[in-house]
Amino acid sequence: MTSDTNNTLRPDLAIIADWIRPTSRVLDLGCGDGTLMAYLAREKNVSGYGIEIDDQYIAPCIRAGVNVIQMDLDKGLAEFDDNSFDYVVLSLTLQATRYPDKLLTEMLRVGTEGIVTFPNFGHWSARIQLALLGKMPVSRTLPNEWYDTPNIHLCTIKDFERLCRDLRFTILERHAVDHAHKTSLGLRLLPNLLGEIALYRFRRTSGGKGT
Amino acid sequence: MPETIPADSVGLVKPRVLRFDQPLRLSSGSVLPSYELVYETYGELNNNKSNAILICHALSSNHHVAGYHSMEDRKPGWWENVVGPGKVIDTNKFFVACCNNLGGCFGSTGPASINPATGKPYGPDFPIITVRDWVESQARLADALGIDKWAAVAGGSLGGMQVLQWAVDYPERLAHAIIIAAAPKLTAQNIAFNEVARQSIRTDPDFHDGRYYEHGTEPRRGLRIARMLGHITYLSDDIMREKFGRDLRNGKIDFDYDVEFQVESYLRYQADSFVGKFDANTYLLMTKALDYFDPAEKTGGDLTAAFKSARTNFFVVSFTSDWRFAPERSREIVKALHDNDLNVSYAEIKSTQGHDAFLMKIPYYLDIFKAYMERIERYAENNSGKGR
Repeated sequence: MTSDTNNTLRPDLAIIADWIRPTSRVLDLGCGDGTLMAYLAREKNVSGYGIEIDDQYIAPCIRAGVNVIQMDLDKGLAEFDDNSFDYVVLSLTLQATRYPDKLLTEMLRVGTEGIVTFPNFGHWSARIQLALLGKMPVSRTLPNEWYDTPNIHLCTIKDFERLCRDLRFTILERHAVDHAHKTSLGLRLLPNLLGEIALYRFRRTSGGKGT
Repeated sequence: MPETIPADSVGLVKPRVLRFDQPLRLSSGSVLPSYELVYETYGELNNNKSNAILICHALSSNHHVAGYHSMEDRKPGWWENVVGPGKVIDTNKFFVACCNNLGGCFGSTGPASINPATGKPYGPDFPIITVRDWVESQARLADALGIDKWAAVAGGSLGGMQVLQWAVDYPERLAHAIIIAAAPKLTAQNIAFNEVARQSIRTDPDFHDGRYYEHGTEPRRGLRIARMLGHITYLSDDIMREKFGRDLRNGKIDFDYDVEFQVESYLRYQADSFVGKFDANTYLLMTKALDYFDPAEKTGGDLTAAFKSARTNFFVVSFTSDWRFAPERSREIVKALHDNDLNVSYAEIKSTQGHDAFLMKIPYYLDIFKAYMERIERYAENNSGKGR
């Protein structure tokens, strides 16, 4: 059964799940149908909460036994106390938030480590569509047209790492994966060009408290 | 009047009465030497008594949650949308109980009951009952029904506040707490509305300091105004606009003080159908119970500390258009719960109906409520004693 559920977990979620220590406390921002939290609870005895705003995901979370709190991430995490979680996860949601920099700062106020995944806008197909075709990129990971997209803050791997530097975050691990959420040698060498989805684990740089 | 009972109704039901002779020491310091509680139950209690759900009622409602008392009833119980066979709280799976709260006017001992010490109705001598006292009396009802632990205690509005108090006072006696359209305590504005309602009753010349039973009168005018005021706070501005707008009953302005706008007609209708059915002293008492409610009173106002010993799983629901107990109030509850690492799920339902939405058939609301009830069904089954 364990290997079964392992296999069915989306590969990017599987990488996140690997990063998370057993019995830790997790806050999953934009938890969707609760797949990750349910998996972590079952396989790693992890506790915590999923945050989701979309009505369609609340019942699936509840049915999966996930503690889900329906609220708007753009309004911040003020109701969560400092350092109340071991990990705060933001999976494929950063690009849809209104204040990504503020949310990232909030994540490391509330949690010890942050885990963020996002569609990499630096991927070659996006570059070609913009540079050669002169149009806003549309792809498997970013399927929406520019006028009808929840993704209002797209960034590249380079952009994200620069922001982490500015916020005085230390990146602990990075993965770049393709559309099948798999990694390869090429992806490791040229993540910003070949990576479709970027995954990061980071924490506050010790001594500096992030501004 | 139902011509036939719908298949998804619990059908014809009969209230029962339990008498308690063990004195009840109240929050106020007074003691009720004995009292009666009227209650209804639906569904079957399983062998291990692991499928019992207690429902706590709101300010003006009662023990009649679902079904009909007779074929002549115009309306079913107040939570017919939620409780019944195959419904959200499925009476094929759960044993559901609800009592009329102490101080009520539907059969439980209250201000209109005879005071054994005087042989006359209690009236103003009936002690003020708090939410904590209700929980205590409901715990005794649980004892009498042989239920050590409720699978869930559920309620909306003032009912939800009783659920919160249950989780604080008897953490080991409920597995799940369902708190809908509630607040951790009233705001000054909430109390202000209650005070206007009380003043309208108490200044009615027919009130006679609460001894109106002996004068053969009833403060009908005061109670009517109190009820009208209440109804304004139960609805949202949007739903009032949607339901009534500025529609005129006769299609034109008459330049007099009779009913002209539809909203006036609605409020008068609600007021008229309330008097004669509800006791004014009970109304006063219920509003006081609301005002005094504060589960954090023993922890210096710290709600997080109040839930320190809670062990219950929580389901909290609010409605966007509810300005009486707005979503922010439910979020205060949720915060106190996750501060304590307690299991809690919270949903905010988009609705236009205002506070009353918790009684309505709103598909998303009923869907997530059902999803949570499935969790409680699993709890009840796992503890049913079968196959052990």
